[in-house]
Amino acid sequence: MSESSAELAVSVAEVGKVFPARKGGGVSALEAVSVDIAAGEFVSLIGPSGCGKSTLMRLVADLDSPSSGTITVFGKSARQARRDQDYGIAFQQAGLLPWRTVRENIELPLQLHGVGKAARRARASELIELVGLGDFGDRHPDQLSGGMQQRVAIARSLAESPRLLLMDEPFGALDEMTRERMQTELARLRAETGAAVVFVTHSIPEAVYLSDRVVVMSPRPGRIVQVLDMKLGGAEDRTDALREDAHFFERVSAVREALHGDPASAARARGAETR
Amino acid sequence: MSRSRTVRILAPILFGLAVLALWQGLVVALHILPFVLPGPIAIGTQFGLRAPFVLTSALVTAGNALAGLLIGTVLAAVFAALTASVRVLDELSAPLVTAASVIPIVSLAPALYTMFGADVQTARVLIAALAAFIPVYFNTLRGLRTVQPIHRDLMRSYAASRWQATRAVTVPGALPYFFTGVRVASSLAVISSLIAEDFGGPINGLGTSITSAVSSSNYPLAWAFVLGAIITGLVFYCVTVGLETAATWHRASA
Repeated sequence: MSESSAELAVSVAEVGKVFPARKGGGVSALEAVSVDIAAGEFVSLIGPSGCGKSTLMRLVADLDSPSSGTITVFGKSARQARRDQDYGIAFQQAGLLPWRTVRENIELPLQLHGVGKAARRARASELIELVGLGDFGDRHPDQLSGGMQQRVAIARSLAESPRLLLMDEPFGALDEMTRERMQTELARLRAETGAAVVFVTHSIPEAVYLSDRVVVMSPRPGRIVQVLDMKLGGAEDRTDALREDAHFFERVSAVREALHGDPASAARARGAETR
Repeated sequence: MSRSRTVRILAPILFGLAVLALWQGLVVALHILPFVLPGPIAIGTQFGLRAPFVLTSALVTAGNALAGLLIGTVLAAVFAALTASVRVLDELSAPLVTAASVIPIVSLAPALYTMFGADVQTARVLIAALAAFIPVYFNTLRGLRTVQPIHRDLMRSYAASRWQATRAVTVPGALPYFFTGVRVASSLAVISSLIAEDFGGPINGLGTSITSAVSSSNYPLAWAFVLGAIITGLVFYCVTVGLETAATWHRASA
């Protein structure tokens, strides 16, 4: 995505986050984290539990505020970007409103932002087709499988055609087969929308398959260990065949080594990252 | 499937009939006197013969209970909404409402009859309203406070105003809790308005009728009124369970 690297979707500079603890002090969830994400770039945050990857995503979304450092989204503060609805968001739970139909769930953000009824309907129909839920528009969430609910949540996150998608383990609760299918669909959606994506996961193949770059993080305190370029081609090359590709396996191994903290390479990476 | 359903419906009916038959058999075989326990046939006969009387009495009690239930429910919903949104009000009222919830409300009846006069139904309606208020208030308040964290995050990410979030997430989420409160309140309203009749007030209603039938030694008639009270309670319960079911439709997953 070098052609659009002139504009930054997200810029995280020296960000720290300390959560207040019961006995004074505090738990440091993130420490001196810096990373830039270009417009249209797909970046995964990967690491063990407690490495602060979800926290980092929540800071970008302005669902929490950093204790130190700055975050800018499309050149604005994270707060302003949230107010301007510059991003769409999806979580591990679909978080659909159970009393609303699939269509009404997808329309929710549009409705809250004063989009007219006809335009809302048209956009929802478009998105229902896009995520392959053609016949389910008038169903309620309890009539859908977990994978289908998650598709609704993704359609909802795309409702306002955001240039940035924030996804916190959106496929974490799905079975492996559904998960791979959803990954392929996400790769396609991303190619169609051209949005930048910040994708939190703890699945190595998932991160490698989807990403332009993978940010490997370590816990206590959460920090970036290494940022790996995937060089697996553009969004249109993320097909199922890629999963069998030798280069794909090589990148999976690279991420795994970074995660398991081969000390020499980790040190090198840290040195390289603080440039 | 249809067979198991038939069994599920038929079995309790057959069991109920068997219990009634056993009851009748024991009353006849052991020569149990009517003031101890009349048989179901005697009660049924009285119920059939005096049906219009039972119905009028039931309508009085049900009317009081319904009026009380409606008043109590509306007040409870409004008050719960205020408590949930105004913190000071919550701190001020929490001890009071908790104290009110342990008061045996029917015991207020004699005082209320004196206040509002013994020839009107006001005291009975008020007692039903007070009894209904408590469960509706507590359930609604809990519902209004039970917003899923993910829904809260979503609303924040949409930069939704407080009012928008309330309408989109908080109120619909609280509805099942509210209707559970109404279901509990409906039984309490019937019971309280019926018992309140025993402390005075106009000479009508099921409670009054049961007492007067007993004092004129017409025991099967007293039991016929009891049967009327049971049916009244069931009607209230079934209607409010229906409302609750409708409100929780499609709520299985979030």
